[in-house]
Amino acid sequence: MSEQPFIARGFAGRRAAAQSGRIPPGQYETRDFPVLSAGPTPRTPLASWDFSVEGPEGLLARWSWDEFQSLPRETPTVDIHCVTKWSRLDTIWEGVSLDTLLAAAQPRGTMTWGYMLAVCDGGYTTNLRFDDVVGGKAWVVFGHDGAPLAPEHGGPARLLVPHLYFWKSAKWVRRLQLLQDDEPGFWERLGYHNRGDPWREQRYQGDP
Amino acid sequence: MQIEELRLDGNAAGGALREVFAWEMTSAIASCAGCGAAGPVATLLNYGHDMGVVLRCPRCDAAMMRIVITPGWIRLDASGIDLLMIPQSTSV
Amino acid sequence: MTYRSVAAPAPARLEWRVATVAQVRDETPRARTLVLDVPRWPGHRAGQHVDVRLVAEDGYQAQRSYSIASAPEEGLVALTVERLDDGEVSPYLCDVLRPGDGLEIRGPIGGYFVWDVAIGGPLSLVGGGSGIVPLMAMLRHRVLAGGVAAAGPPTRLLYSAKHWEELIYREELGRLAARGDVELSFTLTRETPVDWLGYRRRVDESMLAELIWPPAAMPHVFVCGPTAFVEVVATLLVRLGHEPTRVRTERFGPTG
Repeated sequence: MSEQPFIARGFAGRRAAAQSGRIPPGQYETRDFPVLSAGPTPRTPLASWDFSVEGPEGLLARWSWDEFQSLPRETPTVDIHCVTKWSRLDTIWEGVSLDTLLAAAQPRGTMTWGYMLAVCDGGYTTNLRFDDVVGGKAWVVFGHDGAPLAPEHGGPARLLVPHLYFWKSAKWVRRLQLLQDDEPGFWERLGYHNRGDPWREQRYQGDP
Repeated sequence: MQIEELRLDGNAAGGALREVFAWEMTSAIASCAGCGAAGPVATLLNYGHDMGVVLRCPRCDAAMMRIVITPGWIRLDASGIDLLMIPQSTSV
Repeated sequence: MTYRSVAAPAPARLEWRVATVAQVRDETPRARTLVLDVPRWPGHRAGQHVDVRLVAEDGYQAQRSYSIASAPEEGLVALTVERLDDGEVSPYLCDVLRPGDGLEIRGPIGGYFVWDVAIGGPLSLVGGGSGIVPLMAMLRHRVLAGGVAAAGPPTRLLYSAKHWEELIYREELGRLAARGDVELSFTLTRETPVDWLGYRRRVDESMLAELIWPPAAMPHVFVCGPTAFVEVVATLLVRLGHEPTRVRTERFGPTG
């Protein structure tokens, strides 16, 4: 039985009136940066922070904070889209491209892994397709709006994969686990889409 | 316990819990499978916001109950709960 | 003898209902009470809340929870909403909604953060900002359930707000205090009026030690308000020796 929902007279929500072509279907533009977390903010001291890439055989590459800071960095300006319907345009970040990190982890360039799991302080995980994070599409970022990334926004460092819904841009990322097969992460196990392309509205499992 | 201003508690999940369970659940007693702490679901720390319900142990932060309601399906992960005692309360 | 399951019948499923706004009443410059006419309302207990759902014409949805301000005995559902400037739902409820409008709600919800006179006392209520709302329902219930005289258990309220103008139900609380229905203490954390005789600082350990019944009295304590407020107060109460199971908390999230 499909019921007509009750429409609240005059309700529009906290949304910008104009929708540009940069806003994916079902999304609304916001000027804020809402904070959404699945758990408490981890407080990892930089002295004990490291970032690693692992394969099924074990460790492929690891960087301490200082080593990570010496890697070539970029300052991508991107639009971000949260599955909870808000989008924010022209957000500015600073960090290291995943191309750089994965090349260092696999110097011979043999990309036999189709997938990866991003693993984070606090236990959050999210899964990604290899081809969704290479070719200039993803970064590990430690700066936002010209300042060090604040802990509540994922600092010391988070993943940034802006062409997918923002739950894939995992906060407090520490490790990429390269995998042969896809393994659903925290939200994906609970029903969110394995890939999460906002332009195809891949919000939930079962969405095409 | 570090203060996280945005978190709520199990009270706010009361409506969602009534979609999943037959009984009022905020007064149910849940034991943490991680550290053994037991207390009312109302006292669990609630982090899901608009994504879903994520209720964590106030002692060890383990995710005790997770609920996401999507079109056609309710997914519930209660693997972080060792035992759930639900009072059969007939009052609303 | 035939074996019979001892399970009691579960309560009816919670359904979304369209209530009608009967009346609105401004409590403070930032808080408004909505009196709702709810079809088939099953009644409620003091401390419970409702979920409110707003759906826009294009299908956009937002949902929030609001504590019921009215006592069960009043036979109506009143919600007091404090306007968060960057909020999504509260500006609509405070600025746009008017008598005659429909409002979709479901409830009543809750079974932990509830009090009725049968539970007894002494009763200590600690509220920050809009956290006063469910506590007010408890106070109103205490008066109405008691009958003619102030027959409920000894009750104390500590209410913290930023400014005097933001104390919701200020006059009604004053009247209850004058009748002896509650021992009332206010604390203001920003500026205070010139002739202010109440506290003028954030709730701290010494204030709680002065105002909350001592642990030996085994009070029922209810703490409600912004998350930071609730967590600080609850931690201090436990440090003062109160049984954690007798300190019930309800977090409202970040302050506006």
